[in-house]
Amino acid sequence: MTKTEARDRMADVMERFLTLASRRLPDDVYAWLKRCRDAETSPLQKVVYESYFENLEMAQKLDRPCCQDTGLPHFYIRCGADFPWIGAVEPALRQAVARATVSAPLRPNAVDFFTERNTGDNTGERMPWLHWDIVPDSSDLEICTYFAGAGCSLPGRAQVFKPADGYGAVVRFVFDAVSGLALNACPPLIVGVGLGHNIENAGVLSKMACLRPLGTRHPHPKGEKLERDLLAGLNALGVGAQGLPGDRIAMAVHVESSARHTATIAAAVNVSCYTHRRGFITFHEDMSFDQSSYQGVTL
Amino acid sequence: MKKILTLPIREEDILGLHAGDVIYLTGTIATGRDDVHRRVVAEGMASPFDLRDGVIFHAGPIVREGPAANELISVGPTSSVRMEAFEAQFIEKTGVRLIIGKGGMGPATAEACRRYKAVHCVAMGGCAVSAASQVERIEACYWRELGMPECMWVLRVREFGPLVVSIDAHGGDLFAATRAEVARRREACEGPIAESVKDYMVVE
Ligand code: SF4
Repeated sequence: MTKTEARDRMADVMERFLTLASRRLPDDVYAWLKRCRDAETSPLQKVVYESYFENLEMAQKLDRPCCQDTGLPHFYIRCGADFPWIGAVEPALRQAVARATVSAPLRPNAVDFFTERNTGDNTGERMPWLHWDIVPDSSDLEICTYFAGAGCSLPGRAQVFKPADGYGAVVRFVFDAVSGLALNACPPLIVGVGLGHNIENAGVLSKMACLRPLGTRHPHPKGEKLERDLLAGLNALGVGAQGLPGDRIAMAVHVESSARHTATIAAAVNVSCYTHRRGFITFHEDMSFDQSSYQGVTL
Repeated sequence: MKKILTLPIREEDILGLHAGDVIYLTGTIATGRDDVHRRVVAEGMASPFDLRDGVIFHAGPIVREGPAANELISVGPTSSVRMEAFEAQFIEKTGVRLIIGKGGMGPATAEACRRYKAVHCVAMGGCAVSAASQVERIEACYWRELGMPECMWVLRVREFGPLVVSIDAHGGDLFAATRAEVARRREACEGPIAESVKDYMVVE
């Protein structure tokens, strides 16, 4: 295989994968959304969830993006150090985004700064947004795709605290974020909390927390307890789907952490809406691929 | 029984609505979000579509544009709060009766709804395909230079909904009430958690 062939193949597969990911929720998110529906009792909440599930069904049947805000394309990449086509990845993803904008179709959302023009195809300066991690002793390329919508991006925030503020400041910071603009972010939400030492490291971690498969836990028992307590606490605020009165503002709270500077505690909160359009796909060195997000779907 | 309002919307239709009601709409409505509001209010331009006794929908659709016709692929509400700075004047200037969006709005809009007999409703965010299926056709498009999401699309809709009345003309405001309830409950929800992590700074 030449580099050009590898790039074309990846662009082709990713165009189809993006199209799929814009139409349907990953299996875990769909299952969690059902649980949230079953936990709600008010008639108004029932109206909301009926609309949610009817829409998801129609999106599949009519082959259309389930939400009109198909966001901006983010790719969180775990690249094996021995994956042979590293140079093909960026151009392939750029091409896939531009093509899926027409074929899916995705809404053109990318506006470059200063020119203030919509680019028309969802690519632009540093867009699609790529985040790379290198995985030693692997020849696979794992890509996590995510459509970052506006409503669910707006509540995001990060702040650096002093150690004297302690973990309590983090707890209050999460409540601040979720009880503010997040009401508009189409709950039930996935709340990602990043703990680090400065804003960009906490920010990236908060995003990784959002992208984690549902049902996974922070590895430290105290981190896991914090996730559980925050979920229960947020869900006792009296808010449900669409920010209307209810009992499930969040379907999950995930915490990701890195070591912190001895003299700082940074926290970031990133939320995802109920149409959490996150997909995992893995390419192998011969450019064959498999995906685990949508059971029973062949691309 | 579905409660269906038909355009044009009269003052007495509005007075019959209360926060929390679920309604559906039939008639011709227009989309308008950040840029449309800015043009009408800050730049003093007249709305290219007459909104008197009509409906403005805070939305940016996906449209497949063709030489002969435009096809609406999906449409759904965007966060109304972004339009808060303009909405009261927008209502006053255009005479619009019903605003559709997502999430709550602020006190200025609520006051304008009371004064000019208008309501704000929420459509279900993210439900863009079912919403599009309730749109019979695209009747017109104005200000296309603003980009596909920001320009004004004029849509003929049939039993468009469900819409939940969030701000009525009698002073009712569902999201303000929810926010007040959140503020009331918050300390009881977050206090014990903040307390329980006090010893997290202790070296293990
Ligand atoms: S918050 Fe999510 S579901 Fe709601 S409109 Fe935005 S992208 Fe769609």
